[in-house]
Amino acid sequence: MSAAEPASSSPVIVLDEVVAVLGRFPALAGASLTVDKGEIVLLQGPNGAGKTTLLRLCAGLLPVERGVGTVLGFDLATQRESVRPHVGLLGHQNGLYLDLTVRDNVRFWGGTVGATTAEIDAAMARMGVADRLADVTTRTLSAGQRRRTSLACLVARRSQVWLLDEPHAGLDASGRDELDATLRSAAAAGATILVASHELERAGSLASRTLDVVAGQVDAHRPPGASR
Amino acid sequence: MSAWRVAWLIARKDLRVERRSRVVTNQVVPFAGVTMVIFAFALDSDAVLQRVAPGLVWLATMFSLLVLVQRSFAIETDDGALDAMRVAGVDARAIFLGKAIALAAELVALELILLFAAVILYGQSIAAGSVVLLVTTLVAATCGLAAVGTLYGGLAAGFRGRETLLPLLTLPAVAPVLIGATRAVEAALGTAGAVVSDGWPWVGLLTVFAVAFGVGGSLAFGPLIDE
Repeated sequence: MSAAEPASSSPVIVLDEVVAVLGRFPALAGASLTVDKGEIVLLQGPNGAGKTTLLRLCAGLLPVERGVGTVLGFDLATQRESVRPHVGLLGHQNGLYLDLTVRDNVRFWGGTVGATTAEIDAAMARMGVADRLADVTTRTLSAGQRRRTSLACLVARRSQVWLLDEPHAGLDASGRDELDATLRSAAAAGATILVASHELERAGSLASRTLDVVAGQVDAHRPPGASR
Repeated sequence: MSAWRVAWLIARKDLRVERRSRVVTNQVVPFAGVTMVIFAFALDSDAVLQRVAPGLVWLATMFSLLVLVQRSFAIETDDGALDAMRVAGVDARAIFLGKAIALAAELVALELILLFAAVILYGQSIAAGSVVLLVTTLVAATCGLAAVGTLYGGLAAGFRGRETLLPLLTLPAVAPVLIGATRAVEAALGTAGAVVSDGWPWVGLLTVFAVAFGVGGSLAFGPLIDE
């Protein structure tokens, strides 16, 4: 098997007692979770609990210090570079070129993986930016429209795993509704989505499962007051 | 996708951004032109201007390079696109080469305008026999400047205070280009009795510099922009 080929295809994300360190601080201290294809999983927890670190680890940006982690079958200890082209990490910024049009942006990001014109058109259509928005300069778009453009770029890049950090931040009510519909449709089409959010009501209704991230560890969600 | 194809994609994207935003044509070219005029006012002597014209062209190019590099990386950091490329696993060598190619294209256009300005403002003349030396000098110097600018632009992009850090890093590094390109252009223009053959050793220096920073930059760029 070549280094660029995944070892297996299901489940999509598997972490087993993973430890990840930021500087000398163990940001993840034995985190374990399994996420299957097409799931939308919400990560919730207080600031500094390790949610963003967990997303960055799954994106292949942080090394695994101890434990075992795989994404799409790629070993996060030895194949981090190989994971990156298959996942999309969307943080507070959208990664767009503001002087280019929506179409230019999606074409560029799709082009980095050799996406065809048909794939690029399909990605734009799927995220609802294909028609009147296609030739609009990104700088003039609303926050919600930029988010959808960014997600269209993820689709054009053929990202199979979407790692979203506070995706609802900065969006108004209609932008949030648009984003939720977009994510549901992406999951239905086979994307696996991990969402870190503080907006529990909004993100909780979107997710098929909620996980608590507390002090660098991951647990099944328990409502406030429930005993462990 | 091969690194070369991605580099070409990035270069085309950068040039498209500039075509849409017109920052280079509306701001950088006027800035370079004003710099040339101010040099003329400051020196205020035709004889002196004719003697130092090649150096002034390259000084104006260096100052404009700083603005171009700031702009080149501002479009990457405005909305986190450089981070997104890194996260997406885009080959860092391709990012370096793509951005250097786009920067080189902009620099060549700017240098031609500045040479034209030197002919008009400083009374320079270009003999037919010196065109090959002049073109070779422009190409070699431009490649070196683009490589250094991209390397240090990428490094400074991750720092707070990058606007002041970039000149501090870049200007000392491009000093050999300033010296070599000035001497080669002096030879091409016949300044102070120089002849064309005097210029070729300086072109050799410029070529070695461009190759060293091109190869070194493409290898170092990934670790520099990585966390």
